[in-house]
Amino acid sequence: METFLGLDYNVWWFLVFGGVISGYAILDGFDLGAGALHLLLNKEQSRRIAMNAIGPVWDGNEVWLVIGGGALFAGFPVAYAAIFSAFYVPFMIFMVGLIFRAVAIEFRSKEPMLWWRKTWDIVYNIACIVIALSLGLMLGNVAYGIPLNADKEFAGNWMSFFHPFPIMVSITTLALFLMHGAIYLTMKTENRLYTKMHLLANNFTVFFVLSFVITTLYTLLYIPHLCDQFRQNPSLFLLPVLMILAIANIPRQIKKGLYRYAFLSSAVTIALLLIMVAVEIFPYLLYASNDIKNSITIHNAAASAKTMKILLIIALIGTPLVGLYTAFVFWTFKGKVKLDEMSY
Amino acid sequence: MDVEILSRIQFAFTIAFHYIYPPMSIGLGLILVIMEGMYLKTGRKIYEDATRFWIKIFALIFGIGVATGIIMEFEFGTNWATYSKYVGDIFGSALAAEGIFAFALESGFLGILIFGWNRVSSRVHFFSTIMVFLGSLFSAIWIVVANSWQQTPAGYHIVGEGMNARAEITDFWAMVFNPSSVDRLTHVWIGAFLSGAFLVLSVNAYYIIRKRHLEIARPSFKIALIVATACSLMQLVVGHRSADGVAKNQPAKLAAIEGHYDTLAKADMFLLGYVNNKTQEVSGLKIPGGLSFLLHGNFNEPVKGLNAFPESDRPKQINAIFQFYHMMVACGISMIALTLFAVWQWKRNRLFETKWLMWIFVFSVILPQIANQAGWFAAEMGRQPWVVYGLLRTSDALSKTVTANQVLFSLIMFTVVYMLLLVLFLYLLNKKIKHGPVSDHAKEDIEESSKRNNPIMKQ
Repeated sequence: METFLGLDYNVWWFLVFGGVISGYAILDGFDLGAGALHLLLNKEQSRRIAMNAIGPVWDGNEVWLVIGGGALFAGFPVAYAAIFSAFYVPFMIFMVGLIFRAVAIEFRSKEPMLWWRKTWDIVYNIACIVIALSLGLMLGNVAYGIPLNADKEFAGNWMSFFHPFPIMVSITTLALFLMHGAIYLTMKTENRLYTKMHLLANNFTVFFVLSFVITTLYTLLYIPHLCDQFRQNPSLFLLPVLMILAIANIPRQIKKGLYRYAFLSSAVTIALLLIMVAVEIFPYLLYASNDIKNSITIHNAAASAKTMKILLIIALIGTPLVGLYTAFVFWTFKGKVKLDEMSY
Repeated sequence: MDVEILSRIQFAFTIAFHYIYPPMSIGLGLILVIMEGMYLKTGRKIYEDATRFWIKIFALIFGIGVATGIIMEFEFGTNWATYSKYVGDIFGSALAAEGIFAFALESGFLGILIFGWNRVSSRVHFFSTIMVFLGSLFSAIWIVVANSWQQTPAGYHIVGEGMNARAEITDFWAMVFNPSSVDRLTHVWIGAFLSGAFLVLSVNAYYIIRKRHLEIARPSFKIALIVATACSLMQLVVGHRSADGVAKNQPAKLAAIEGHYDTLAKADMFLLGYVNNKTQEVSGLKIPGGLSFLLHGNFNEPVKGLNAFPESDRPKQINAIFQFYHMMVACGISMIALTLFAVWQWKRNRLFETKWLMWIFVFSVILPQIANQAGWFAAEMGRQPWVVYGLLRTSDALSKTVTANQVLFSLIMFTVVYMLLLVLFLYLLNKKIKHGPVSDHAKEDIEESSKRNNPIMKQ
């Protein structure tokens, strides 16, 4: 097994893939959240401001999903093939959600008619909720496990996805994005809309904490394989402690008016949540709920060592570049939203 | 219908629909760089207005391109799981590289392109335009590399047996520069430039006929005409090189393209025709020995025919491949004739006075679109029955756990959604064109004030 800085390539690529997925959840998380609460804003002006708050960046945020898909395909082709063919139906629904989200943003502003804008508002709102729920459902199923046969192919049917656990993860994901999106909008809004976002941010934080606590309790009681690592390494309990601190910091910073720190805290919350999932499933990429021997791991699903090496080089060159221009774009559009002639 | 045919229809449909948009954004990107460059150089407001106008159209096209492109990236996993496992090492690396090196660049700077006018200096804005254009060019590189590897695999070895066999990279650069990459990439790039240039020609020809925005439409038309003329001539050379490559690397495909069954001296080249698969005859207008001459520079040199290949290793829909290929060539020739004639009229100072020529340009926007689609279909159908030429058959590449009903469900869903998208796209494009390249300030002001005074708009 070839190694780089003491870790083998498969572990490295697991980390890179995890990093990309966390990046996606943090970045697309806030614009999906902003979209999922869209209909709670009832003024035309508020809706426009909320859309323009994500206008220049949502497309760039979605790139992380594309990079994540490519990363999984390249690094763990067996996992890529198994996951997407197994999750055929939920994934198709997810993709239709993505299409409608994109075109709703693009089309809404193009006509002044009330019915036109209302229709796209509804489409946009539903699409964002569907995307968040289906992402959560798939993540929940990956963690919980699905039936796989000896060829590492899906051996269940579409009903296999609807266990209580994935459904709880699904709702938690929506709550998380709503909180994250509302906090982002407090950064970008002023006056009465800001007051509303402030209130929503606090309410969604409560919603998230409740759903997270329920999901965690359920996991501890009913899903032993997702708690093994924590039982064996008590030092890992640092992660949930950090997460509680990060969540607690959110209302505190909002109260102080330091929204950037509140946003940072919710980004850290998302990252920690995914890190905890990653720690629990490692080294599995897809857990076989029927027979652990059929599981897909970072070793039996991996591309060749040569490809792993090439991929690491690509990641080492590419990631700083992407970080650089993502930062540049966010910096360009920092501050409160001001509508102008190019706005949606 | 079984999973195989449904999956093939679904892939062909989703890729064909997707392939309307990226070539237009690549081509428009080039035109935007030229227009904005002219604006910075001359400081003339007309170039700024033209740039702003085309950026709005670019955004619309790009939006649908992205939405439909993400589907493509995951369709390999959903519908072609065995294929994904087989080519993961190669195809996956190209896709990952595309995401990180190209798509991220394009999407990142797109925000500045559309919303950054008042936030960054004009130089930074121009820089962003160049980055978006470069990003789209890079995207094409990786996607065409991935596809070309399927046509002419190189730089790999096969590991494992039977259903567990898969290709692994042995030489990354040999994989990237496989025998058909460069020819096919330049062919695709120029096809993309043409679709952008002809869109600009079409819209501006319409303005010229209607005598609207003339001060912007005339110079814009000329810019696009120069691009279109240069590219359609270059395409002749590049396209020929591409065909040469097919003859060398995929002889069965070349034979299918010309409906050429028997390996005889004096292979004919058809301008128009119909292939009868049963009698193995082609009827139509032909140049005797033309194919031999084109490939070997000699009218009497034999060209390998379809019958030289086992029945199971050659494509089935010979007539369709023949027709798609000839449709592409016909569109290419028409573009050359049209642009050269327009340039001649320009030299005689009669370009904008020839109304019928302007009308032809209005409708010519369809030519590069047909050429791109037909070329794509000829290339992909010509590769059958292989999904990876000579290595993996399409029928073996499917997802084994996905049922015909699931594919049918998603196919119907995509058909409905895409038709809706197409209608909305054409409606909004038409509206933007009708609105034209003028400032929106006045209109927005009116809209805002009418909203304030309109009781229905108040919540």
